[in-house]
Amino acid sequence: MRTGRYVAAVTALVFGAMAVPAQAATIEIVMENLVVSPAEASARVGDTVEWINRDVFAHTATARNGDFDVTMPPKKTVTSVLKKAGTIEYYCRFHPNMKAVLNVAP
Amino acid sequence: MFVRLSATVAALSLVASAALAQGAKPTDPQIAHIAYTAGVIDIAAAKQAETKASSKDVKAFAADMVRDHEAVNKQALDLVKKLKVTPEDNDTSKTLSKQAADKLAELGKLSGAAYDKAYVANEVAYHKAVNGALETLLIPSASNAELKSLLQTGLKIFQGHQQHAEHVAADLK
Ligand SMILES: [Cu+2]
Repeated sequence: MRTGRYVAAVTALVFGAMAVPAQAATIEIVMENLVVSPAEASARVGDTVEWINRDVFAHTATARNGDFDVTMPPKKTVTSVLKKAGTIEYYCRFHPNMKAVLNVAP
Repeated sequence: MFVRLSATVAALSLVASAALAQGAKPTDPQIAHIAYTAGVIDIAAAKQAETKASSKDVKAFAADMVRDHEAVNKQALDLVKKLKVTPEDNDTSKTLSKQAADKLAELGKLSGAAYDKAYVANEVAYHKAVNGALETLLIPSASNAELKSLLQTGLKIFQGHQQHAEHVAADLK
């Protein structure tokens, strides 16, 4: 019984560690004065993006390939988790002159 | 029809080039008034569109215009208050308002898809004209740094709206 519990604990640890990628990170992307920075960012699948809108205007981060479409109300931060790898060009639907690129590694 | 819809647009570019030719720079209180008026005009057009437009995309675009231009104009009001500047009415503002009122009446007579097309086409042309006036006249003439920076943000907003309007126009076809 003791051994059984021990095995269960180890199993949980091992699988737990496997389920959560070792380096899941949070990256920040800022929209301020209608400029996205950084203009090109790198991340990995499973990372969280903090979309920080410092403007009094609503913006969106809309992937051209349809991978994501995040809307940021004025002066708000919205988070999303990256699900797919790829070089993703995105823009703001309200202000299509706001453009940037996100490189998502597998 | 194209000739008529660009009346306001022509007024704006005439104003900009006439002022440039004479070397007559508008003052900061006048610039603030012109920029604010340009926003008010677009809000009025958008409010008309919110009730008259039939396309969902055109309605959504109009709502975006109201939201953004109200936000810019609120910033402008906060700034002039802070700088203790009283916006000063002037011939450019008067011409713009007059032309815009005529345009609103003209669009008011249209309906359905014809209205949607005319409204969006005018939005493209209007934002383009305001961008031109901002770039060639208003921004270079502004002497206060904060006013200049607000106008630069305004320019980026207007450029964004122009592109947005172009996308909406392309989708209407
Ligand atoms: Cu935007």
